[in-house]
Amino acid sequence: MSNEVRAATLDMPGLRGSAWYGHKGNIYAAIIVTLVMLCLAWALLQDMRWIYLLVYIWFGLGYGIFLQYGRFCMASAVRDLFAVGVPRMAVGMLIAVMLFSLTAAVVKVLGVNTFHPHPLGWHILIGGAIFGFGIVFTGGCASGSLYKSGEGNIGSMLVVLSISFTQAYYVTLGGWLNKLVPASWTASAAAKDMPAQLSVTDGWFDQFVAGYVWDLHAGQLADQLGFDGLFSGAFVGNAFLGAILPSLLLMGYLYFVVYRKGYLRRRKVTVPRLRDHLRGVWSMVVSSRNTAIAGLCLGVLAGAHMWATGELREHYGIFNFGELLANMGHTAGLSIQDTVFDPGYWYITTQEAQWGAWLLDKGGMQMSDNIFFGLENGIPNPLINAPGWMSIGIILGAAVIALSRREFKWKVPNLETAMFALVGGALMGLGARIGMGCNIGAFFATVTNGDLSGWVFLGGMTAGGWLGVKAFNSWMEWRSGDDDLAI
Amino acid sequence: MAVKFEKVSDGDYLLDVTGYVCPHPQMYTKKVLCKLGSGDVLTLMFDNPSSCESIIAMCESAGDELLERADDGGSFRWRICKA
Repeated sequence: MSNEVRAATLDMPGLRGSAWYGHKGNIYAAIIVTLVMLCLAWALLQDMRWIYLLVYIWFGLGYGIFLQYGRFCMASAVRDLFAVGVPRMAVGMLIAVMLFSLTAAVVKVLGVNTFHPHPLGWHILIGGAIFGFGIVFTGGCASGSLYKSGEGNIGSMLVVLSISFTQAYYVTLGGWLNKLVPASWTASAAAKDMPAQLSVTDGWFDQFVAGYVWDLHAGQLADQLGFDGLFSGAFVGNAFLGAILPSLLLMGYLYFVVYRKGYLRRRKVTVPRLRDHLRGVWSMVVSSRNTAIAGLCLGVLAGAHMWATGELREHYGIFNFGELLANMGHTAGLSIQDTVFDPGYWYITTQEAQWGAWLLDKGGMQMSDNIFFGLENGIPNPLINAPGWMSIGIILGAAVIALSRREFKWKVPNLETAMFALVGGALMGLGARIGMGCNIGAFFATVTNGDLSGWVFLGGMTAGGWLGVKAFNSWMEWRSGDDDLAI
Repeated sequence: MAVKFEKVSDGDYLLDVTGYVCPHPQMYTKKVLCKLGSGDVLTLMFDNPSSCESIIAMCESAGDELLERADDGGSFRWRICKA
C-alpha cells in the first residue's frame, strides 16, 4: 500500500458525510463560479464578439483547476529532481507534452493551428538558464505562481507582480545598456527600416530583437524534414519526432537515473528483468495519480484552446484580436499594426508584461517606443486584454478548487520569502524576455508543435535550475548555521 | 516566522516550516530526515499544498513511512518514520 493511501485516514476531517454547502470553502467557490458566469453573460449581452475574449477566460479557468488539482508546477519539474530526487512533476510535464502534441497535430490537420515557431539561437539557452535559476527561488513557474496565487499565497502574487513590472521595464531600457549592444546588432536593426517612433537603435531589447533574433531561422520539424503531407507532417514530424519520442527518451532517462534504484529496492528485486523495468516505468508514471491526470487533461485542454481560438479567427475573418477590438471601437492600446498580444494558446508572461506596462504608462512612462509593445503586442487596458483574462482565469480556477478541497489559505510571506519572490520574479522576467517566453510559451507550446527551440529552452532551464538548487542549498546551510535548525 | 526544528523526546522530532513555500518545505524535510536515525519519527508541520506531492514521493523513494497525516484548512501536520 502506498504512503498516500495508508496515511490518508486523517485526511480532511469532516469532509465526508456532510452536505457540500456545510463547508464555507464550497460556498465561496460557488460564489466565484456564479460571479464569473454572470460577468460572462453580461459581456455577451453587450456584444457577442466578446466571446473571443471569453474563450481565453474559460480555458484559463480550466488550466487553473487542473494546475491546482495536480499541483502542476513546471518549476518543480526541474527543481525537485535536483533538490529532493523526485521525478513526479517532470513525468507529469512530459505526459502533458505528449498529449498536447497530439491535440496540436489534430488542430493543424483541421487547418486552424495558431502556432508560430520561435527563432533558434543562443538567446533561448541563456534565457532558459536565467529563468530556471529564478524559479528555484520563487517557488513556482509562471503558471505555478498564478495557481498558487489562487490558493491565497501572497508571496506568489508578489512573483506575478515582479514578473509583470520587470519585463515591462526591461524592454524599455536604453542609456548605458546601449553601449553593451554589439555594433552588428545596431547596424542590422537600423537596416530594418522600422517606423521612426519605435527608435529601434535605442534600447537593448529593440536591438536584440531587430538586430539579432529577426536574423535567425525559425521552423517546425515537419517542414525542416520535408514532411509535406498534412497528416504525416503534423503527426509524424511535429508530434512524434518533435515531442513524443524526446519525451519517451527523457522518461526512460528519468526512470533509469532517478527512479529505478528506489523502485527495485522497495520491490526487493535484486536481478531485474525487462518486465520489472516496465512495471517500474508504469509505477513512476502513476506514482502521483493527480499529477498524471492533470498532465493528461492539460495536454488535451491546450489543444482544444488552440482549436477554439483558430475557429473564432476563421469565423470573424481576423488574424489577431486587435482587428476585432478595432471593429468594436476599442483602438486605445493597440500596436501601430493594430495588433495586440493574442497567441491563441496557453501563454503567460507577455500578458503579465502588458499589465505592468499599462500601469507604468498610466504613471507617465513612455512604454510604446519599442518593438515589444509598440509594434507587436500593444498595451491594451487590462479589462480587454484577452490573454490577461486567461491568467486571471487560472487564478480563479485554482481558487475554486483550492477552496473546495479546503486548501485555500491566505498566506503572508515573511521577509525572506518576499525577497525571494521579488528577486526571483525579476530573474524570471529577464529570462522570459531573453528566451522569448516562459516554460509555457517558450517550452510547452513550442515542443508540442514541432519547434525544437523549446527543448533548448528546457535544457537552459534545467541547467539554471541545477545552479539555483546549488545556490539555494548554500543559502540553507548558511541559515542553519545560526538558528535553531541544528540538532 | 522562522523554520523551527527541535527534539521533542528521544526519537521524536518536530520540523515546523509553516509559512514557507516551495522549495523550502521539501528541502528542509529532506535535510532533516538525513539527520535522523532509522526508526526516528518526525512531525512535519507546513502549509504549502504544493509540497504535499513532492514530500510523499520523496518518502516513497527513500522508503520512509508516512504514519499519519492531518490536513485541514491548508495546514498540514504529518508524522514520518525514517526508514
